[in-house]
Amino acid sequence: MEVFTQQLINGITLGSIYGLIAIGYTMVFGIIGMVNFAHGDVFMVSAFIALVTLLLVTTWLGIGSFVIALLIVLIVAMLFTSLVNWAIERVAYRPLRGSFRLAPLISAIGMSIFLSNFVQVAQGPRVKSIPPFFNEVIVLMSGNGYDVAVSYKQIVVWIVTAALLLVFWFVVTKTALGRAQRACEQDQKMAALLGIDVDRTVSITFVIAAALAAVAGTMYLMYYGVVSFADGFVPGVKAFTAAVLGGIGSLPGAVLGGLLIGLIETMWSAYFSTDYKDVAAFSILAITMIFLPQGILGRPDVEKV
Amino acid sequence: MSVTSYDAAAAGARPSGSARPSNLAPVLRVEHLSMRFGGLVAINDFSFAARRGDITALIGPNGAGKTTVFNCITGFYKPSEGRIALQFGDPGVWEELSALTERGTRSVTRGDGMLFLLERMPDYLVAHRARVARTFQNIRLFQGMTVLENLLVAQHNSLMWASGFTVLGALGLRSYARAERSAIDKARYWLDRTGLTDRADDPAGELPYGGQRRLEIARAMCTDPVLLCLDEPAAGLNPNESADLGRYLHKIRDEHATSILLIEHDMTVVMEISDYIVVLDHGQKIADGTPDEIRNDPRVIAAYLGVEEEEVAERAIGTQ
Amino acid sequence: MAPEASGLASRVVGALRQAAITGLIAFGLLLPLIGFNTVQNIRNELILETRWPLLAAMVAIIAGGRFLHALLIAPWLARRALRPRPEHAPRARLARWLVPFALGFAIVYPPLALSITGVQGAVKWIDNFGVQILIYVMLGWGLNIVVGLAGLLDLGYVAFYAVGAYSYALLANSFGLSFWILLPIAGCLAAFWGILLGFPVLRLRGDYLAIVTLAFGEIIRLILINWVSVTNGYAGVSGIPRPTFFGIPFNASDEGFAARFGLEFSPIYRTIFLYYVILALALITAAMTVRLRRLPIGRAWEALREDEIACRSLGINTTNTKLTAFAMGAMFAGFAGSFFAARQGFISPESFTFMESAVIVAIVVLGGMGSLIGVAIAAVIMIGGTEIMRELDFLKAIFGTNFDPTQYRMLLFGFAMVLIMVWRPRGLIATREPSTFLNARRALPSRAPQSEETQASLVRERHG
Ligand SMILES: Nc1ncnc2c1ncn2[C@@H]1O[C@H](COP(=O)(O)OP(=O)(O)O)[C@@H](O)[C@H]1O
Ligand SMILES: [Mg+2]
Repeated sequence: MEVFTQQLINGITLGSIYGLIAIGYTMVFGIIGMVNFAHGDVFMVSAFIALVTLLLVTTWLGIGSFVIALLIVLIVAMLFTSLVNWAIERVAYRPLRGSFRLAPLISAIGMSIFLSNFVQVAQGPRVKSIPPFFNEVIVLMSGNGYDVAVSYKQIVVWIVTAALLLVFWFVVTKTALGRAQRACEQDQKMAALLGIDVDRTVSITFVIAAALAAVAGTMYLMYYGVVSFADGFVPGVKAFTAAVLGGIGSLPGAVLGGLLIGLIETMWSAYFSTDYKDVAAFSILAITMIFLPQGILGRPDVEKV
Repeated sequence: MSVTSYDAAAAGARPSGSARPSNLAPVLRVEHLSMRFGGLVAINDFSFAARRGDITALIGPNGAGKTTVFNCITGFYKPSEGRIALQFGDPGVWEELSALTERGTRSVTRGDGMLFLLERMPDYLVAHRARVARTFQNIRLFQGMTVLENLLVAQHNSLMWASGFTVLGALGLRSYARAERSAIDKARYWLDRTGLTDRADDPAGELPYGGQRRLEIARAMCTDPVLLCLDEPAAGLNPNESADLGRYLHKIRDEHATSILLIEHDMTVVMEISDYIVVLDHGQKIADGTPDEIRNDPRVIAAYLGVEEEEVAERAIGTQ
Repeated sequence: MAPEASGLASRVVGALRQAAITGLIAFGLLLPLIGFNTVQNIRNELILETRWPLLAAMVAIIAGGRFLHALLIAPWLARRALRPRPEHAPRARLARWLVPFALGFAIVYPPLALSITGVQGAVKWIDNFGVQILIYVMLGWGLNIVVGLAGLLDLGYVAFYAVGAYSYALLANSFGLSFWILLPIAGCLAAFWGILLGFPVLRLRGDYLAIVTLAFGEIIRLILINWVSVTNGYAGVSGIPRPTFFGIPFNASDEGFAARFGLEFSPIYRTIFLYYVILALALITAAMTVRLRRLPIGRAWEALREDEIACRSLGINTTNTKLTAFAMGAMFAGFAGSFFAARQGFISPESFTFMESAVIVAIVVLGGMGSLIGVAIAAVIMIGGTEIMRELDFLKAIFGTNFDPTQYRMLLFGFAMVLIMVWRPRGLIATREPSTFLNARRALPSRAPQSEETQASLVRERHG
């Protein structure tokens, strides 16, 4: 029971991070129908940007307040990652709209390889670890010599995730931008005819996706304290699994899928073996795609003939 | 767009096939067909029959559900409800229809007659076994392959058989070479028919639009269909090409054992070449009958032929 | 005079403005990760270093490139687009000569290398360049059936390569069977796995299929890592028997190849033998592809790539058709895999990562999907290129001694994939040879008059 509760706490934290990345996959898929293979690497780049900013803020500017430092890191990481994703869309995906159907996916794979190797070359292949900080925990209960604790970091992850999801939810449901996005999802040509700037809407979608990935990247860096150039691939695949599991194209689905994947992963590690942890993740991906391609909250998709 | 708000027109619709002489057995019977996409009712309790050897037209305004009917017939969509039966060979096999329906299998044979329940079959078997061929509203050619190759792909199943599922063909057996030659001969026949012989070795995507439409029909005919379903074959053609198309379809009907089911917006073409017309609106049948009957049916005029008046006016301006 | 001058001036100003904007964006993109470097100091703490000169240089290069592009290249491209397209005759003639020439070169390559560099140098040239490139040519040609012909993006191709390699390694080690018996068995096993994995997934839409194959590839690799009792995990399998010259081993013993043929013992004979084995395997792959393209199955593959729905409307069982392509591709990967194991004598999961799949996909895509020549050229450029990079010592002289050019290999791969997709989505060799002709074979397919083509593409936009 104690183990279960502890893993529940850990799983929700991890799941929040996956959910934030998964939203990026789902939004981009919704609007231009492509699997943005490079999104996991955008997340990894954002974690590196956060790392640089963190070092800048703490060692150069000497800001000691955790809250202020975190806020600055978050904002800077969101800004620069957005710029990166905006540029990626302009350079690698936009010219391919209307090309043959696998072209954007192949371009995205190329971009993913490029990004991870760029970071490897630019920042070195070694794992970067930040000094431990903010390590206080709150012990919730203890029994059988096992403490169930929730760390401050975890609370921060939950609060930041929840706050940003609220803002994000407001943007996509209540603003003109959100309406334009949904219109483009339904029918891009029609949306264009009705005076919606499709290019701009797609760009903004990529920017939002990147901003959320940057939040995830910052949280990842803070929570685990380490990041390496190779950290885009597996979290990316897991977040994509989350998006598919929740129902690709569905925003609540992405969050739900993220939480599920996070929970499955932590529970699996606790009760089975960590060796096959990634096998489990990949198997869930394959099984979902084969048997439940519309996901939990997605609509069944009748192929238009 | 509300689909269910049109029940008034449907209530007055004639029962299926009441206006037709019953001396000829139908090739296709669609009964109580319904198709829903989530909340949207695209087709609602739609029934009609197409007689063997006829050109049967399915008309109706945009969004009426015509293409959806085609997709149900050809197995691309699984209908929500209804029965779609297709028969060839000895018409006596129609008597097995209710037995077949109850048995839950796909088809039944009696003598040389075969009866299929298409809604139970996957799309490729509808084409392969029940021999229903189709074209698409937005032309679907193998654009990068040559015109000839398009017609050979259409004969895939017989060629696969002849190539011993690739094994014999890979060994370079004479019998396969012969089969391929006769496949090319059949392709040549249809190329001659459609006037595409000169372009046989060009990529299909490089044909002019009218040529692509004709090629798509030729490709469908290369499967030796019992029923040919054409989705707006005259769309995008000029009046001359449309007239040619009409003659071409007549020839197919007269010279081959192929019945034709046609979706078309061009009323001149429809009125001229169809033997029988079914009018669909908002997913429901509002009328069926011979071209003359349809022309004078007030319901059709109200629901649909208003479009034709505009079309006629456009024509008049165009020819000035 | 005056208007021309002012036209030039305004063009320069316009180009400068574009260059400035691009430079600004590049600065923003590069500032965090190029401008700053995170390094560990002596106390193992992470600290920041700045690299302003490097940042400035990169931004300057990008802005300068943009300036030149806006001022010179873009107008030139625009002018060229207006001119009628030149005939392709020279290129067609080149292609006709290229194949026999390349084939001839591949056959005489080992003796050529031997005579130029001598026995010592030749091992490197034949093994690192010849065998290494040919393995990728073969993998590229095998995957070409799946991706290039059937249009199924398979991101887990390396899994079948791994199945072939481990089949050979484990069966040879535990049953002592010879390479020549195990080669077909490994191919069959890989094909079997192809069918097993392909069956449930091949009805998925294109990009889902890609992701699922990636997942399968990773699952197989992770199983190889974790199933230690069979595969020996990360440590890999070693002591794999090397192929023999039809029973005669390549060793220094009296029974060895050199002794039997009265030659002085040298590892070069094995290398040359391996070279011809992989050359033969690759050529079999190519011959098979050429043959199958002319058969109904090959045409169905290509039709599937062009339009799956149309295929189904013509009665083609698309699942079976995809499955054959998948199995065929997997089989060739299995052959290549068992060759790889036999050549290395040691295999580990390291060799079968997703990156390996990505490299093979990149080769097929860059070469031109469906084009055997294109794929071969791409393999030579990309694999040969990386090998050459290792050799280029003068780069170290320019960029400093700890400059490792092979680091940039995958960077360039990724960049090239994006570039090719944007610039030539159909790859380097984009022309397609029809599988049969009705009229006498013509060297050049006549093109439709431009107006008709545009008309067709305009009308095709119509929806209703
Ligand atoms: N795959 C599908 N998913 C959802 N709605 C569909 C699908 N196919 C058709 N429809 C809807 O069914 C209705 C009828 O469409 P269609 O059969 O194409 O009309 P028509 O061919 O008569 O113009 C339309 O409202 C269309 O939006
Ligand atoms: Mg339609």
